[in-house]
Amino acid sequence: MKTLSRIYLMLVMVFLYAPIAVMIVFSFNSGSSVWVFEGLSFDWYKELVFNSEMLGALEHTLIIAVLSAVISTVIGTAAAVGITALRHKISKSLVMSVCNIPMMNADIVTGVSLMLLFIFFGRLFGLTESLGFFTVLIAHVTFNLPYVILSVLPKLKTTDANLPQAAMDLGCTPTQAFFKVVVPSISSGILTGFIMAFTLSLDDFVISYFTCGHYQTLPIVIYNMTKRTVKPDTYALSTLIFISVFVLMILYNSVQGRSEKKRGESR
Amino acid sequence: MRRNHTTIGRRLIAAPYLVWAAIFIVVPLFIMLYYALTDDNGVFSLANFATLGRYKNAFLVSILYALISTVITLVIAYPLAYIMTKMPISTQRFLLILVMLPMWTNFLIRTYSWISLLSNTGIINTLLSKIGIGPLKLINRPGTVILGMVYDYMPYMILPIYTVMSKIDRSLTQAAEDLGANRTHVLRKVVFPLSLPGVISGITMVFVPSISTFYISQKLGGNKTMLIGDVIEYLFNLGPDYYHVASVISMILTVMILVCLFVMNRFSGDDEGGAIL
Repeated sequence: MKTLSRIYLMLVMVFLYAPIAVMIVFSFNSGSSVWVFEGLSFDWYKELVFNSEMLGALEHTLIIAVLSAVISTVIGTAAAVGITALRHKISKSLVMSVCNIPMMNADIVTGVSLMLLFIFFGRLFGLTESLGFFTVLIAHVTFNLPYVILSVLPKLKTTDANLPQAAMDLGCTPTQAFFKVVVPSISSGILTGFIMAFTLSLDDFVISYFTCGHYQTLPIVIYNMTKRTVKPDTYALSTLIFISVFVLMILYNSVQGRSEKKRGESR
Repeated sequence: MRRNHTTIGRRLIAAPYLVWAAIFIVVPLFIMLYYALTDDNGVFSLANFATLGRYKNAFLVSILYALISTVITLVIAYPLAYIMTKMPISTQRFLLILVMLPMWTNFLIRTYSWISLLSNTGIINTLLSKIGIGPLKLINRPGTVILGMVYDYMPYMILPIYTVMSKIDRSLTQAAEDLGANRTHVLRKVVFPLSLPGVISGITMVFVPSISTFYISQKLGGNKTMLIGDVIEYLFNLGPDYYHVASVISMILTVMILVCLFVMNRFSGDDEGGAIL
């Protein structure tokens, strides 16, 4: 039984990683095909440095990911605090339902509806080009927000609501109480929300596709490349991203594992 | 008095979000509705609905493909999640990273890599021809589109099922064993019912992107199968004249998804967090 489940596990992992292995192997191809391997070379990696289209898109992606993650973390954390303070069940569930829409709805509908909004208001103000940097940013903040809120809410539920009150009784202003008592107790939720927002933004294709105009992010450039023939340079860039995400996840995981251990010891 | 004051203050800090949600979540849906119900001149019209018959096939094929790929993903993911929970904690942690890692790799590239593997002169066919088989036609078939969906959305099925399963109290399964249940019984009567919330959220997380995808079918289906996502993308690319019809189709897709979620929500009987409608 044990060997059988090990084999099964291996098979699924092979399935999950076969295309990624192909991506990594062919990024080192000396030829320009992505399925006939001619020989080992690093040429496509060297060439990346000169690919201004791809590097520009990478810069756009990082700018949007950082900004949208910061904005959605701030607004989302504040929203979670406010939502916990709501007393009426009906208004709470109404807010949560609206909050869930971008997460539950199909990405394509979210993207298309935002595009229509931007075009509609662009026309009202007589703009010829209504899509660009700000519209992608707004779109990314919009789809990031529910993930931030849902990461912070459970942390707020488990913190004692009397703590900020106690801090204020001891002389804190409400703002001080918020930053010195509430924020530290929900910091792990805020961090999780930020990381999720950042990675979701980094990876998003569908919503950016409809809202970015000429401000092209990396997934959009990759999409345009796969419309023509893909060369190993696209694989090389994806391999670099894959490796950096892998390293980040291992690091995050070991930090988390250590802090869990610590918590276990202090108990 | 002061306490009242602070809760009002606490509620107020949700205001930026509420304004944001109103403008960028609620209003866009109404603008989509506006486009769906008007013609090019902005006059009320139901004519957009008349052209729907043309896209009936795309709707049916999308629903069918999404159902098939959701079932296949579930059948593969469920045993995997179960096996994972039986591993030592450190192994579980590592496997979890392995499952999540593909999610952070650009999905366009992961999908495109399948072309490298499956095309007529691709890797699999090259290997097959070495042992005297093939070349087989592996790409541009309906099955390939479903393969792409199963592949791309597999982690979304594994993760929620694993999360719920790993939280099942060990003493429950032990109690069942002590009371004479064998392994299959424990699985069927204890583990499965308790893992249902994970299964439900896995199903919705795979079904919704599958039914609305527009990239997988274009790359792996060779433009032969038009899914509903392809239709929407195609119409929006044609220009503003087609926004109206495309909006109608998007509205219908939204309604279909909402109905699915509502039904699923009823099944799970979980009113914490999953507050849809």
